Amino acid sequence: MMHDVSPMAVAIFFLFVGGTVGLSFRLGRNAKSSAGYFAAHGQIPWFVNGIAFAGDYLSAASFLGICGMIAAYGYDGFLYSIGYLAGWIVALFVIAEPMKRLGKFTFADALDSRFDSRGIKLAAGISTLAVSIFYLIPQMVGAGVLIQPLLGFPHWVGVLLVGVTVILIVVTAGMVSTTWVQFIKGSLLVIFSLILTILVLARGLSVPGGQSVPGVEGHSDLDRGAAWETIGPLSADEWSRTTQIDGRSILPDEDGWDRKRWVRLQSMPEGNASQQPGASPGGGGFTPFEVVTLDSSQVLLREAQAVTRRADGSELINGWVKGRGENQRLLRPVGHLSRLPEGQTSTGPLGPLEYLRVLQDSEVVLWGSHPIKHSDGSVTTIHYQRPTDGSRVLRPGEHPTFAGIRSGQTIDRIEFLSLMMALFCGTASLPHILIRYYTVKDESSARKSTIVGITSIGLFYVLTLYLGLGAMTSGALDVQDTNMAAPLLARSISPLLFAIISAIAFTTVLGTVSGLILASSGAVAHDLLAGFFGVRLSSDRQVRVAKLAAVVVGAIAILLGIAFQKMNVTFLVGWAFSIAASANLPALVMLLFWSGTTRQGIIASVIVGMSSSLIWILLSGDTYQKVYGWPAEDAWPPFSQPGIVTIPLSFVTLVIVSWLTKTRGETSGWSAAE
Amino acid sequence: MNPPRASRLGLTLFVFYLLLYLGFVLIAAFSPSLMEWRPFDGLNLAILYGFGLIGIAILLALIYGAFTKTRLDDSVGDATRGPVTNPPRSASETPS
Repeated sequence: MMHDVSPMAVAIFFLFVGGTVGLSFRLGRNAKSSAGYFAAHGQIPWFVNGIAFAGDYLSAASFLGICGMIAAYGYDGFLYSIGYLAGWIVALFVIAEPMKRLGKFTFADALDSRFDSRGIKLAAGISTLAVSIFYLIPQMVGAGVLIQPLLGFPHWVGVLLVGVTVILIVVTAGMVSTTWVQFIKGSLLVIFSLILTILVLARGLSVPGGQSVPGVEGHSDLDRGAAWETIGPLSADEWSRTTQIDGRSILPDEDGWDRKRWVRLQSMPEGNASQQPGASPGGGGFTPFEVVTLDSSQVLLREAQAVTRRADGSELINGWVKGRGENQRLLRPVGHLSRLPEGQTSTGPLGPLEYLRVLQDSEVVLWGSHPIKHSDGSVTTIHYQRPTDGSRVLRPGEHPTFAGIRSGQTIDRIEFLSLMMALFCGTASLPHILIRYYTVKDESSARKSTIVGITSIGLFYVLTLYLGLGAMTSGALDVQDTNMAAPLLARSISPLLFAIISAIAFTTVLGTVSGLILASSGAVAHDLLAGFFGVRLSSDRQVRVAKLAAVVVGAIAILLGIAFQKMNVTFLVGWAFSIAASANLPALVMLLFWSGTTRQGIIASVIVGMSSSLIWILLSGDTYQKVYGWPAEDAWPPFSQPGIVTIPLSFVTLVIVSWLTKTRGETSGWSAAE
Repeated sequence: MNPPRASRLGLTLFVFYLLLYLGFVLIAAFSPSLMEWRPFDGLNLAILYGFGLIGIAILLALIYGAFTKTRLDDSVGDATRGPVTNPPRSASETPS
């Protein structure tokens, strides 16, 4: 979709970003030593750190990805919200205080606290890098997604802009400014989501164009799609013979088009322009319709949208050249209700629970897509309406990833359990979350900031449901890009809000990316270089090396962000969680709760957990299909989410290796270790 | 020194929440139609249980905070944990 660029949005945006970078420069002057760079001298107040947790955690994936998924499929996006929040319970009750007690700067410090082993530093350092990079991809993709409608730049410019800004933030300041930036962003994100939710509830639910067709009872339910044209019902017999509808001729079935499912009604060019380059035969474009078979004797034509991507990369919309000019077309925004309970057309303001009750008994038009391959290598994607009962939207199982739970196949159920397990175990193993335990002064503060974090994150996740559902019915959605749902919802309410929400979302990306790059640079300078290779660096030099590492990781992130443009960001985050949970959690938990854990056990567990989950993901059906473009059936693992296999595998590895190595006189008691 | 662990209360609350989460995930995976059941106030189980999981997470966190405040705060300045507040520069310069 193409979007208008408003000068106000641009001004507000640069105000936010400028403010953030300025703040970072100001605070950065205090962060010259490694204690300052990596851990902000342990001087961050617990409340600020707690909100900063929310800022770190409520990344582009949470805000854009979850809202987008809810807007496109309903409750399924909310499953991620539930899993992400539940993970914090592990962080609070199991990890937070010991983590603070054991470590100094990085996650590897904590793992290594009993052993002083170079192997552990190496393994933990590498796993930190792997998880951070996987987590960075969706953040960068999110940045590119945001910049496009806001400033009108292409995706890669957005990614580059974020990359450069973040490298600037991290290099100038380190953890102090990253924390304060996260604090400001976390607060703004929760506050403005709350405002947006209140506005969504105040707007209530309505059926567009409902009032304009009073008294039409016959096929009113389907007709009320208002701006979307519905033809019929036609008798099947009549349909099979007709060649023209309302003076528009039906374009012939050719080159992949099949009238059983899709049909094109010709639309003539405006003015006296004749043949458009690349337009369908006969000049002009067409209006695509889905042929819906009501029963054996009747069919209904329901308007759809068609995007043809040609071999040279250019796009046609409904057969027209993409653009705003004469004889050009753009995709239309979507998202509406087709029916409210008891034939209402508009509800007026609704309470939060009432909103869900009303939606449950309404009918929503979701959008599906279907590809048609043509002989010249171009592909047309048809976006078609899927009127769906509200009760189905408010239960799990509409999204393709989750639809498996209704298929009755055991393998699909295991995949679902696997994802929910990775979300639960992943939070407490994310390196950029773990390093935040070193920015406060003691365990009590670590605990208190986690509680503040959980409260603000929980509140936010409740809001995501309303933002997603609000976007679903806003009439502002982009069928090609679910990630834009939340900002587009804001725009359907007010342009000012759109500018603010987009700017917050963008700065959220900045903050999360800074945290991740900081964690990676810590892993390189502190764990790998100093810890493993034994390079003795002064505090200043160590910081300089870390900054260099930040630039390199940032550059890698920019490239990956451009490469993965097309993927839903929440989906990508699921991978990062799987790797983190498999590599880090077993070692961390066993270290805390089993005194028989040995050095070799930890190393083996981290390596096995990380490589098994990474290999599983790279060989999975999802990756085959969406990244390499190969058929998903050829993939080796039976399902795409590795957690349910690789997390237990990592635990088992740790226990077995620890047993095998215990007899070699490894110290197993705590008294000897400290 | 004992292994550093989370408190007993923390672990109890953790197990409680784990079971609650497990219940939700298992219902969604093995009996998804149960999620459409509307047991209370016209809202379906998916919404009630989902909101419940978020609400209870916050509640448990607050309970934990309230109960551990007095007990753990006493030991915050404990010398055995080392100088956690504002570590001296030398400590941060030595690569471990």
